[in-house]
Amino acid sequence: MPSLTHVIDVFFATYDVFLKGMMLTLQVTAISILIAIFIGLFFAFLKISGVKVLQWIADAYIYLVRGTPLIVQIFIFYFGMTSFNISAFWSVALGLAFHNGAYIAEIFRGTIQSIDKGQMEAGRSLGMSRSLSMRRIILPQAFRRALPPLGNQFIIGLKDSSLAAFIGMYELFNVATTMGSNDFDNMTYLLIVAVYYLFLVYLISIVVRLLEKKLSVSD
Amino acid sequence: MDGRDMIEVKKLNKSFGDLHVLKDVDINVKESDVVCLIGASGSGKSTLLRCLNFLEIKDNGQIIIEGEEINADSHDLNKVRQKIGMVFQHFNLFPHKNVIENIMEAPVHVKGVSKEQAIKEAKELLAKVGLADKEKVYPSKLSGGQKQRVAIARALAMKPDIMLFDEPTSALDPELVGEVLTTMKELAEEGMTMVVVTHEMGFAREVADWVVYMHGGRIVEVGRPEEFFENPTEERTREFLSNIF
Repeated sequence: MPSLTHVIDVFFATYDVFLKGMMLTLQVTAISILIAIFIGLFFAFLKISGVKVLQWIADAYIYLVRGTPLIVQIFIFYFGMTSFNISAFWSVALGLAFHNGAYIAEIFRGTIQSIDKGQMEAGRSLGMSRSLSMRRIILPQAFRRALPPLGNQFIIGLKDSSLAAFIGMYELFNVATTMGSNDFDNMTYLLIVAVYYLFLVYLISIVVRLLEKKLSVSD
Repeated sequence: MDGRDMIEVKKLNKSFGDLHVLKDVDINVKESDVVCLIGASGSGKSTLLRCLNFLEIKDNGQIIIEGEEINADSHDLNKVRQKIGMVFQHFNLFPHKNVIENIMEAPVHVKGVSKEQAIKEAKELLAKVGLADKEKVYPSKLSGGQKQRVAIARALAMKPDIMLFDEPTSALDPELVGEVLTTMKELAEEGMTMVVVTHEMGFAREVADWVVYMHGGRIVEVGRPEEFFENPTEERTREFLSNIF
C-alpha cells in the first residue's frame, strides 16, 4: 500500500490531468442523463398508454437493457455509431442514455401510477383534457416523487460512465489506470480516482436534495 | 317547477363487468333545483352522479344536458364538463399548487382567461367561501372543511351551470361538516342547480327541492322533502329512513 503522504503528494501533482478527466466524465454523464430522462418519459408513457402494441414495445426495450451487460451495450453503440462517423463521445453518451432510459422509464411509470386517480378526475371534471391534466396536474407531482429514485439513478449513471474508458475515452477512470500503469503505481491512482468519484456523487446528492427541498414547499 | 330542464336522464343503464349498477334510471333536474340523492352505499347514487359529467360513460339510455343529448363519441366532453362543476368526497385539490393556483388553474389553462382576471375572480370566490386569508396556503395546511370549500370555489371558477357534489361531507370530521353545508346552502340560495349525493338528511330536508331515494341501482322514490321524510310512499324508503333516524 502506498503511504498517505505519497497519495496526497501525487493527488496535488496530478490534479490538472484529473480535472480534465473529471470534466469529460461530468459531460458524458450529464448529457446521457438528460437524454435518458426524455427516453424514460417516452417509454413510461408507452407503458401506461393502455395500448398493447406500445406496451409491448416498451417491455421489449426494458427487457433488452436489463438483460444485457452495460459494457456490451456500450460496445455495440460504439462500433455501431462510429461506423456512421459519430464520435466516440456521442456513441458512449447515447449508449449510456439508452441504458439509463430503461431504468428511468420504470421510475416514471411507477410514480405516475402512484398519483391518486382522483387527481386526474379533478382535472377532467374542470374541463381539462387528458393530456393537459397529465401535463399540469399529474406530471409535476410524479416528478417530485421520482426525485429520490432518479437521484440514485443519476449516481449509478455517473459511476457507469467509467466504462467509457474501455473504448478509449480519457475520462476519470482512464486517467487513473493510464497514469497508474505508466508510473507502476496503480493503487495510488485508483485511490485518488475514488476520491474524485466520491466528490462527484456527493455533488449530485446535494443537487438532488436542493431540488427536493425546492419542490417540497407544498408539504 | 317552471324552470328549464338542466338535466334529463332517460332509461340510463351502467354496468361494471357483471355488476349492473344503474337500472333504467330516469331523473329530471330543472334550473335552480337542488336534488339530493340518498340511499345506502352501493345503491348507485355516486355512479349516477359520475355519469352526469361523464367520468363514467353510460352503457345505454339518454343524458340530456340543457336540452342537448350528450354522447361520448359525438361530443367534446371537455367542453360539456366546463358547464358542470364537480366536488369530490376526498376534495382532490392539487397538492402542488396553493389555494389560489388551484382555483385559477382551469380558467387560465382551459378557458384562456387572463391571469389578472383569474386572480380577481379567484379572490372573490375565496371571499365567498370564507377563505380570503388562505390564498397563498398549500392544501396540506388546510383542515378538511377548508379543503372542501376551496374545492367548491375551484369548481365555481369555471362558472358552471350545474354543480355536482359527491358525498362532500363524508370525509370530514363532524365539527367541520357545518361550514361546508353552509357554503352549499348559500350556493343553493343563489339559484345554482345542484345534484348532491349525501348522507346529511338535515341538509336534504332543509335545502333540497327534491329528494331522490335509490336502492339497488333503481330510483325507488322521488319527493318533496317534507312529504319524503314525513310520508314516504314506498315501503323500502320507510325502511331506509327508519334505519337512519
